[in-house]
Amino acid sequence: MSEAKKYPAPVTNPETAAFWDAAKEGKFMIKRCTACGEAHYFPRSICPFCYSDKTVWEQASGEGTIYTYSLMRKSPTGPYAIGYVTLKEGPSVQTNFVDCDLEKLKIGQKVKVVFKPTDGAPLPFFTVA
Amino acid sequence: MTIKGKAYIAGIYEHPTRHAPDKSTAQLHAEVAKGAIEDAGISKDDIDGYFCAGDAPGGAWPMVDYLGLNTKKLRHVDSTETGGCSYIIHLGHAAEAIAAGKCSIALVTLAGKPRTGAMPPRAAGAEVDFESAYGATTHNAYGMCAMRHMHDYGTTSEQLAWIKVAASHHAQYNPHAMLKDVVTVEDVLNSPMISDPLHRMDCCVVSDGGGALIVTTPEIARSLKKPLVRLIGHGEAMKGPRGGKDLDLTYSAGVWSGPRAFEEAGITPKDIKYASIYDSFTITVLMQLEDLGFCKKGEGGKFVADGNLISGVGKLPFNTDGGGLCSNHPVNRGGMTKILEAVRQLRGEAHPKVQVKNCDLAIAHGTGGLLGVRHAASTAILERV
Repeated sequence: MSEAKKYPAPVTNPETAAFWDAAKEGKFMIKRCTACGEAHYFPRSICPFCYSDKTVWEQASGEGTIYTYSLMRKSPTGPYAIGYVTLKEGPSVQTNFVDCDLEKLKIGQKVKVVFKPTDGAPLPFFTVA
Repeated sequence: MTIKGKAYIAGIYEHPTRHAPDKSTAQLHAEVAKGAIEDAGISKDDIDGYFCAGDAPGGAWPMVDYLGLNTKKLRHVDSTETGGCSYIIHLGHAAEAIAAGKCSIALVTLAGKPRTGAMPPRAAGAEVDFESAYGATTHNAYGMCAMRHMHDYGTTSEQLAWIKVAASHHAQYNPHAMLKDVVTVEDVLNSPMISDPLHRMDCCVVSDGGGALIVTTPEIARSLKKPLVRLIGHGEAMKGPRGGKDLDLTYSAGVWSGPRAFEEAGITPKDIKYASIYDSFTITVLMQLEDLGFCKKGEGGKFVADGNLISGVGKLPFNTDGGGLCSNHPVNRGGMTKILEAVRQLRGEAHPKVQVKNCDLAIAHGTGGLLGVRHAASTAILERV
């Protein structure tokens, strides 16, 4: 467990490049539509709710609560916990929980974002707040 | 415009193999095609519609060529790919094509060998950078649904275990089933935890194999020798996290595909005598039963408990072949076998120990993809004429 798990580098594309550029500065970004006011994740250029193209980047607090999770007991890289976090800003995001006791995760628990390095931009994960 | 009664399932075949190290995937497709053609009593040269999904090597045109279908006659193809429920969608699409006069005898094939060969790769979606690193698998994606269902509705592992218990009661009579031993709730709870809260026995088997259908017009079906089984309602739907808004993993796209199919058929879940419900995991069945309206949302746990899904014992006999939990799950896609056992029940060809008496209305329902991430669902209502 002492070996740091190796994560794949995001490929990125023109639509999402700003997210990964911000991640390099430790910022967790979401998209918000200025037409309907809704935030969404993962980021799109066209709002998935009202189809407006007036979407803007917004730095999220990185705080949220666990919506659900599942602890995968075995894998080639050891146990890991996948789940969804409902961000303070509203959207729920898929993630892994890291740097905490995976046996003690609970729905409703408060968590915060942490970034883990890859060979490219760092990836967002969540840990117990 | 409706497909109600406009298409009949005239031929079915399920490959008996569960382990095929000495066969190719294309060969398995040919073997199930041949089986369904012979079951229907038609010639392969009469087939004018072909349906296949992502398991067919190379897709529709290489398969049409490999299978030696009559290209002078073949005039309709459909390679809709929605994972495990693709074949239930194909059944509906075949009925639409038949009703529109675009083909008259359609062949649908599924085959592959996840136990003894490579699985076909899947193209990445727009979400890839934001999800692929987190290792969503079938086990943990369905585990996430079960975890939240338990949280919201008090569903228990014991209740989920009853689904496996019922499947095992049926599988003991299926000579081809991978797992023929009858199991208890305790057996399920004592099996190793795979991805919380799902135990090993909450998970389906991994098997080689396949199956095929012949779908045709009422007139052609009546000219053949098999008992008449027709499609009277069909629905399909999709669901995903949709930008993360109002995420709710306790229901599936079955809440939309089910009512569409029942409305078209003009019946309700109470009328159903036999149910084929996709059972990739026990939680899949529980959620689908709720979503299809066999019980209220959140009451699936009570509904499946105490043997209510066991043929001859409970109110809703399900997956009387043993289903994916015990019999087979060819290419990790359970939609085809759901249709096949429903047709056997309607024909009166199920094993006598599990055959439902006077079985005149059945449902075959499946999902594809990951219920915990994004998925499709399809529902077919079938009637014995």
